[in-house]
Amino acid sequence: MSLEVLTRPSPARISPSPAGQLQPTHAHKPRRHVLDLDDFTVQEVEAVLQTTAAMKDVLQRPIKKVPTLRGKTLVTLFYESSTRTRVAFELAAKALGADTVSVAAASSSVTKGESLIDTIRTLQALGADFVVMRHHQAGAPYVVADEVSASVINAGDGWHAHPTQALLDLFTIRERLGRIDGLRVAIIGDILHSRVARSNLWGLGLMGANVVLCGPPTLLPAPDFCDGLPWSFLRTYRVDEAIEGADVIMLLRMQLERQSGGLFPSLREYVRTYALTEERLARAKPGAVIMHPGPMNEGVEIDPRVARGNQSVIETQVTNGVAVRMALLYLLSGLPA
Amino acid sequence: MPDPDQKQLLGADDIRRAVARLAHEVVERNSGVESLVLVGLRTRGIPLARRLQQRIDEFEHERVPLGELDVTLYRDDVYQRAPRILSPTSIPVDIGEKTVVLVDDVLYTGRTIRAALDALIDLGRPRAIQLVCLVDRGHRELPIRPDYVGKNVPTSRHEKVAVRLEEIDGVDEVVLIQPVQVPA
Repeated sequence: MSLEVLTRPSPARISPSPAGQLQPTHAHKPRRHVLDLDDFTVQEVEAVLQTTAAMKDVLQRPIKKVPTLRGKTLVTLFYESSTRTRVAFELAAKALGADTVSVAAASSSVTKGESLIDTIRTLQALGADFVVMRHHQAGAPYVVADEVSASVINAGDGWHAHPTQALLDLFTIRERLGRIDGLRVAIIGDILHSRVARSNLWGLGLMGANVVLCGPPTLLPAPDFCDGLPWSFLRTYRVDEAIEGADVIMLLRMQLERQSGGLFPSLREYVRTYALTEERLARAKPGAVIMHPGPMNEGVEIDPRVARGNQSVIETQVTNGVAVRMALLYLLSGLPA
Repeated sequence: MPDPDQKQLLGADDIRRAVARLAHEVVERNSGVESLVLVGLRTRGIPLARRLQQRIDEFEHERVPLGELDVTLYRDDVYQRAPRILSPTSIPVDIGEKTVVLVDDVLYTGRTIRAALDALIDLGRPRAIQLVCLVDRGHRELPIRPDYVGKNVPTSRHEKVAVRLEEIDGVDEVVLIQPVQVPA
C-alpha cells in the first residue's frame, strides 16, 4: 500500500520570506490574540521563532529576568488539568517581570455556576492584561476573545487547537535540525482527538514541512479532513511506512480517558502495532529527532528507552516552552506601528 | 543626486578618522587594553564596535573581546511602539570586574543607554562602564554623558540623524535629515 495523499494533489505552498526581510506583521494589523496558527503568516511565525531564540538566551543568564512586562498581569484560567503548559506560561510571565494569577476552574466560582463569559469579565475587571485559557470545548477561547480587551491565548480547546505547543515544536525542530522546510515529519498516534496534531498541521504546513499522519484507521481523521487547506498531507495506517525516512517523529499521547468508545481493540494491540521502539526507529533518517508533547504514557506510544535516548528532544520541548511563551507575550504587548 | 532634504555631516573618510581617534582615546584613557570589553548596541553599534576592535588590534596587537547587546527588553517604551524582533545578546566573556566600553552610533535622549546599563548590570558587575558614540546630537532626557564622541552635532528635535555604515547600508556616511515640510 502506498501512502494516501490527503487533499489536493498540487498544493500551493507559501514560500518562506528571504532572511532579513522579516517584518512583524503587527506593522499592518496588530495581533491581539493567539487562538490557533491558522491565521498566522510565515513572517509572523518567523518573528516568534527568532524572538524565542533571544528569550532562550535570557533564560540562560545568571539573572533569568528582564523588566519588559513590569506592571502587566497574566491570568491562567484552566478548565482542564495541565502541568507543563500552565507552569511554562507562569514562568514566562515572571521572567518578563509580569505578575501571574492562576485560576483553576475546579476551585473557582465556576463550581457555583458562573458562566465562562462572566468569569472572563470578572478577570478583566480585576485587571488581567493576558488571559491564558484551556477549555474542554473547542472554540471557547474565540467566544472569550470577542468579549474582552485583554489578549487571549489559547492553551488548548477541546480537540481543536493548541497553538503555543505547535510553535514550541517548530522552534525545537529548527533548533535541532536547522530548518523546517522540506523535512519529513511523522505524527503518530491518536490524531483524531489531538489538538496538538491539528495546530502542528497548520504550523508545519505553513513552514514547508511534509507531514505524514499515522495511526489506527479509527483514530485518523477522515480523508477529507484537510480539504481546503493549502497543503497536502500523507496519511497511513502503517507505522513503518510513516517512519521510513522521517526527519522528525512526533508521538501523541494515547488519550486513555477518551478511549471508552472502543476505537481500537486493546491497548496491548496498539502497543504492538504502533509504539515507537528502537527497531522501528532504525527506519528513520539517522539523527531523526523524537518529540512528544507530553504527558507520555511510557510503554504505550513510546518505549522508555527511546523516550530517554539521545534522539529524544522531549525535555528540550518543555524547556523551549517557556521561551516561546515569553516571545508571544512580548510580541502581543506592543502597540501597532 | 543627493536628496535636498539631507545634509551630509560626515563622509566615509571622516568616519574612518573618527573611529581611529576614538580607538586611540579608549586605549589611552584605560592605559592599555587589559580587562577591556567592547559591547556594541544593536544595530549600528555592532559594526562600529567591530571597527574599534580592528583599529585597536592594529596598534596594540591585541584583540579586545567583542559583545553584542540588544536592549529592547529593557526599554521604557515597550508599550508605546510596535514590538521589534529581538536579536540575540552575546557577550563572550564574563563582564565582572571588566571595563565595558559601550558603543552606539547616535546618542540622543539617553534612554537606550539607560536600558543598556540595566541590561549590563543584570549580566554581571563590571568595574566600570564607558560610552562611545559616533555622533552626539544633544537633547538628553536623562543624566547620561558620553566618554568618547566622534562628532558633536547641534540638531533640533525635528531633525533626524542617520548613520549609515558599509556593513549594513552599503555606504559610510552620517546625514542630517530635515523634516518633510507639510504644505499648509
